Amino acid sequence: MGLELYLDLLSQPCRAIYIFAKKNGIPFQLRPVELLKGQHYTDAFAQVNPLRKVPALKDGDFTLAESVAILLYLSRKYKAPDHWYPQDLQARARVDEYLSWQHTALRSCCTRVMWQKLMFPVAMGQPVPPETLAATLAELDRCLQMLEDKFLQDQAFLTGPHISVADLVAITELMHPVSAGCQVFESRPRLAAWRQRVEAAVGKDLFQEAHEVVLKAKDMPPVDATVKEKLKHSVQALLK
Amino acid sequence: MLCKAPLLLPAMGLELYVDLLSQPCRAVYIFAKKNGIPFQLHTVELLKGQHMTQEFSNISVLQKVPVLKDGDFVLTESSAILIYLSSKYKVADHWYPADPQTRARVHEYLGWHSDNIRGTFGVLLWALVVGPLMGARVPDEKVERNEAQMNQALQWLQDKFLGDKAFLTGQQVTLADLMALEELMQPAAVGFDLFKRHPRLAAWRGRVEAFVGAELWQEAHGDILTIQDKAGKKALPVPAPEVKQRLLVRLTKIP
Repeated sequence: MGLELYLDLLSQPCRAIYIFAKKNGIPFQLRPVELLKGQHYTDAFAQVNPLRKVPALKDGDFTLAESVAILLYLSRKYKAPDHWYPQDLQARARVDEYLSWQHTALRSCCTRVMWQKLMFPVAMGQPVPPETLAATLAELDRCLQMLEDKFLQDQAFLTGPHISVADLVAITELMHPVSAGCQVFESRPRLAAWRQRVEAAVGKDLFQEAHEVVLKAKDMPPVDATVKEKLKHSVQALLK
Repeated sequence: MLCKAPLLLPAMGLELYVDLLSQPCRAVYIFAKKNGIPFQLHTVELLKGQHMTQEFSNISVLQKVPVLKDGDFVLTESSAILIYLSSKYKVADHWYPADPQTRARVHEYLGWHSDNIRGTFGVLLWALVVGPLMGARVPDEKVERNEAQMNQALQWLQDKFLGDKAFLTGQQVTLADLMALEELMQPAAVGFDLFKRHPRLAAWRGRVEAFVGAELWQEAHGDILTIQDKAGKKALPVPAPEVKQRLLVRLTKIP
């Protein structure tokens, strides 16, 4: 069968993997899993990932979940250029550090901003209290500050002078609140400049392609009632 | 005029900033000790707010533990620290296997752990010990929700990750086992009988403990296993007002 990647480009980590695979010329079969159609709840998909989440990878008999695991596995197996995930101990540690931090910080925040600002009202027809959204946006602001102060600083990329998987993971996260209409880069020149560099390194066409779906999220139709019922339980936590 | 010659400090070598009350700190501590990695221990007492000092901020702006300092190189995030130590000190392969698929399983676990275990398993200590220490109460509803989340996560941990294997990602201990078990020890230490209710997890714990060794296990868990007792005897440090303020804010973030 060859490599199969189960992705929904609506999802931030899926975009990071898509960009990485395409940029590095990794041959794969794209298996779309549309979250808003509840396709991640099928029995067929559970065979690939019993956790019912995207992204997921299938390489022969080997199945793998979790975006960081997938990125690092692909990087190694297809011998991606060193800068993506460096061999140098300290350079690599910087990438590991970012990949770990982002889980509970930026990722959590960007997902909630997207859901509270756009997905709940538009896709789920569920209004979100303004004070909840305000608190989440304030948290996004704090995360962005940490991203600039602790990670980017005066460097070209998040973990040093060269682009790494950390930058892919971060940029795809930030495109989430951007798609929900947040001014992420406008008041942050350092981040804006970094974004330009990442887009240039990835290639504008590939970057556009990966973000086509999410940038149109505000125009999406409401989710089907049966899917809404299934999604409701798992997304309630995103209302905090 | 007397001129003092500049003081030349000896190179520090590896330094670890930890508080053994913290789950990821214990994972790093146990790993370093078990692998005979020489390091200078710096205790950063969280209940005394020592992580909030300017001094500690100068080491790590995120004001969290654990932190590794290797000469000028400062590293946060326990999984990054564990991976760095594994490679630098060339520990036994099983900790962080070179085999791509086994290594991928470790990362797969660590990814799931960040979303489902980390954060979730620390709540009970806050509710039962840290909150009361500051005279604050965590609403029952939040504690119940947290217990439900823990139970859900434990089911996944037991069924999807451990299965009928000896350890989480295979037949040998890896970084994943240390990270996971230390999180589970947190609520277990304050009476959450998760091991009694999940015999396969209890057996796995036994295997990890046996591998680490009773003495090192005792050493690493002394603080967390006695915290409730100390709280009862009013023997815990009471946080200073400015520390209390910030800890109270953290308490409100419990979902």
